[in-house]
Amino acid sequence: MQRHFDDELKELHKEILRMGVMVQEEIYKSIEALKNRDRKMAEEVITTDTKIDELELEIDERCIDLIARHQPMAGDLRFITTGMKINLELERIADLAVDMAQRAVEIIDKPLLKPLVDIPKLSAIAQNMVRQAIDAFVNKDVELAKKVVLSDPEADKLRNLVQDELIKDYMMRDPKTADRAVPLLLITRHLERICDHTTNIAEDVVYMVEGKVVKHHPEKLQ
Amino acid sequence: MSGIKVSNLNLWYGDFQALKQVFAEFKEKRITAIIGPSGCGKSTMLRVFNRMNDFIDGVRTTGEILIDDENIIAPQIDLVLLRKKVGMVFQRPNPFPLSIYENIVFGERVHADKISRNKMDEIVEESLRSVLLWDELKNKLNKSALSLSLEQKQRLCIARLIAVRPEILLMDEPCSTLDPQATARIEELMRELQKDYTIIIVTHNMQQAARVSDDTGFMLLGELIEFDNTQNIFRAPKDKRTEDYITGRYG
Repeated sequence: MQRHFDDELKELHKEILRMGVMVQEEIYKSIEALKNRDRKMAEEVITTDTKIDELELEIDERCIDLIARHQPMAGDLRFITTGMKINLELERIADLAVDMAQRAVEIIDKPLLKPLVDIPKLSAIAQNMVRQAIDAFVNKDVELAKKVVLSDPEADKLRNLVQDELIKDYMMRDPKTADRAVPLLLITRHLERICDHTTNIAEDVVYMVEGKVVKHHPEKLQ
Repeated sequence: MSGIKVSNLNLWYGDFQALKQVFAEFKEKRITAIIGPSGCGKSTMLRVFNRMNDFIDGVRTTGEILIDDENIIAPQIDLVLLRKKVGMVFQRPNPFPLSIYENIVFGERVHADKISRNKMDEIVEESLRSVLLWDELKNKLNKSALSLSLEQKQRLCIARLIAVRPEILLMDEPCSTLDPQATARIEELMRELQKDYTIIIVTHNMQQAARVSDDTGFMLLGELIEFDNTQNIFRAPKDKRTEDYITGRYG
């Protein structure tokens, strides 16, 4: 039986996808701003955040409204509650992109400490994870969601590498580099947190599709 | 105290098979809801448990239903005793056209040879207390039961069952004629009664099944498709047909 409710769920689906696309762009732009020393782009990231905040509230409202009016069960219930969680994770990721843009602004007028290689690499991993997590949500693809969860350690490894380099090769050798190194350290940390939030999204997708909780239980991913 | 264990239960009305190879265990002191679309066999199943289907011509039942290690579909079963142990509440409350007091002691008069007035008073008070009607009705016990509100009548019918100290309460859509407030109060009562009785409820109201039961069985075309704890059924059912029914996609 065709349900009017399905149209409303489709709308929710579309909005979360829209939020996902906006958030991906925020990450991309904040790192581009850092790489190209583009203040305008960094500021764009900061102002766009208001729109993302508004969309977050809108999606939240929509979910609460659907629960109140339809008292969803089973797959419908899992879809809506997962949608609420993903919405929250995406909004936090957008906040981290803003943090990265602010750090970029702090060092934009100073000479680059070193050529940026690993940070763009880490950013590419983060963006890819976000894209895949959103795709997994859209296509109810559990295998892709699991792949996202399993790629998080790679991001952690790269973060450690960058941190070690910044601390040992720069800050310890010449403390005067700290004002340029610390923002880069923070950006690395933000990117790694983005990967963590994305992992949460992917775990939520597994719950949505299979009704199985894998959060905090990596062994259940097998 | 008893539960019900059903093995390979089949039931035919003439040529029509209304129950097909049902296996299930209704655990004691739990509330089990049976849900499913009209005609799926859920009321038939409920009525097998105290042999109410015996009144219908051409009924044939095979399989086993164990209550206290006794197969209750065996022909030699004492139906009066069975129905004392397994009582039923119907969709429309059906008090006898007698006083409130007489409604409650009616069963005791049938089952016991001789019973003192004091004992009867005691049973009336205890039964009305257990359905939370005592304070409302203690000064009107001689009034006709037909003068009560629908909800009070339904509570009275439950009190009438409790008076004969059953072990299992079968409820067939017990709230379908009640308004939401009265429904909520009957549901609260069910939770109270659950401490002492095994309860099986047939309901069309999915939210009611989700709210009030510990276990849920979903039936379709005479088959018990899925039987699990209520949380699993309403959060992540295993069978697609269950999912389609509880999310309103069926039909």
